[in-house]
Amino acid sequence: MTEIPEHLLKRAQAARDKAASPSDASASEGGDRIPDALLDRTKASGAGAAVVAAAPAGGVPVGAGPGGHTQRLLTVVKSGSIQEAKAAPVDKVHTWPHLLAVEFVAGLALTAFLFVFSWVVNAPLLQAADFNNTPNPSKAPWYFLGLQELLTMFHPMIAGVTLPGMGLVALILAPYLDRNASNKPEDRKFMTSMMTMFLIFWAVLTIIGSFFRGPGFNFTFPWRDGIFFEL
Amino acid sequence: MAKVLDNPRPTLKERAAKIGAQIQGSQAWNSIFRPGSIFRKGYTDSPRNRSYVIMNSVLYHLHPVKVKRHAVKVSYTLCLGGLSFFVFILLTVTGIFLMFFYRPTGANAWQDIQTLQTSVTFGLLIRNMHRWGAHIMVLTVFLHMARVFYHGAYKPPREFNWVIGVILLTLTLLLSFTGYLLPWDQLALWAVTVGTNMMGYTPVFGSQVRFVLLGGVEIGSETLLRWYVLHVLMLPFVIVIFMAIHFWRVRKDGGISGPL
Repeated sequence: MTEIPEHLLKRAQAARDKAASPSDASASEGGDRIPDALLDRTKASGAGAAVVAAAPAGGVPVGAGPGGHTQRLLTVVKSGSIQEAKAAPVDKVHTWPHLLAVEFVAGLALTAFLFVFSWVVNAPLLQAADFNNTPNPSKAPWYFLGLQELLTMFHPMIAGVTLPGMGLVALILAPYLDRNASNKPEDRKFMTSMMTMFLIFWAVLTIIGSFFRGPGFNFTFPWRDGIFFEL
Repeated sequence: MAKVLDNPRPTLKERAAKIGAQIQGSQAWNSIFRPGSIFRKGYTDSPRNRSYVIMNSVLYHLHPVKVKRHAVKVSYTLCLGGLSFFVFILLTVTGIFLMFFYRPTGANAWQDIQTLQTSVTFGLLIRNMHRWGAHIMVLTVFLHMARVFYHGAYKPPREFNWVIGVILLTLTLLLSFTGYLLPWDQLALWAVTVGTNMMGYTPVFGSQVRFVLLGGVEIGSETLLRWYVLHVLMLPFVIVIFMAIHFWRVRKDGGISGPL
């Protein structure tokens, strides 16, 4: 237990005495616990301009410190530490209904599209797998046809492993290599054009592999020899 | 007004409304829909209830109560990420349906698909939806990646979520590729032959990787079983974990990026 300092005990006793002593006749009336000094002050503030004049009439307020002060300065806090706003307020909307409604409609539209498309177009099912009958041409699924197209140009280790591996690593490392902090399109023309070139390169390879490769994976024109492509 | 008093018998509409109100006021109903739900009795459109719709429902695992105003613009996201997730759910549902009619063995697989298409109610439709849905998912995931890149959304603090996104793209391709073999027709067999031959050229441990994936030196019944388990169990399990982290990080990194 810490000792309560002598002067604080004295001050508390003095305040208690002051509160207990009836300074006015009305204070002894039952149930009225509001000190007269406060009532007087309320009355005075109601009177408006008479505040300053009325305050001394009530005497020293209850609980006042030395010199009659009712407030004490405990510490000075620099404004920056508590008042500085960290982030500008963000313009936000409620997720319901603004986002959920959009998501619901998008999901519904996609389901409808998939349903109708699946109703009209049948998925391919060719003859049962036969190890003794290799179809010509044999093609990978469309998303790998860019790789298969690379196979015509490079050694399989380069086309099938090294280049796609490098592509994946480059994608993963993109945020760590791109030191430009801006997300404004006009500030990132280099990265935008790099990605666009990458995508176009890939799309062209895939399209050639899909539609311009016939028997023996030789180059053909789809309008001349037909399309050798299954989804 | 006088007419209503003349005929005190409640109309069918009034009776239906009364029953509806009784159901909505019942303990069972209110035990299902938490306070603030739009299905609860007396739902009103107030800011407080708009918050409760998210905060008091399972959706709170996915969405915050409020999002940036520009984030709900369709022209910004094109809904691509959400749609990828949604197609994944559609694929799970249709895929479970297909599993009831399919045996992953060389002797049965193709015949099961044939039977599914010809003798099972909605079998052909569901198989079509699964097949086309898979292509759509590859497409939406890929376009989502392009969209995120062009918005510079991979920049700090979202670098790691981009990495998870690349992993998700890879897993999507693997899911699609493993599913490609399962019909066990000429298209499946030889497409996968072409694809796995490329894998064999991985330096150092290429033939080992190929052996493990094929369950042998050539594609066969073992490959079918292996890829089936990968397709219906292992890869979905892994992709769901990465999706959970992906969606969680979107929120932790301060919602979607932008505005530009």
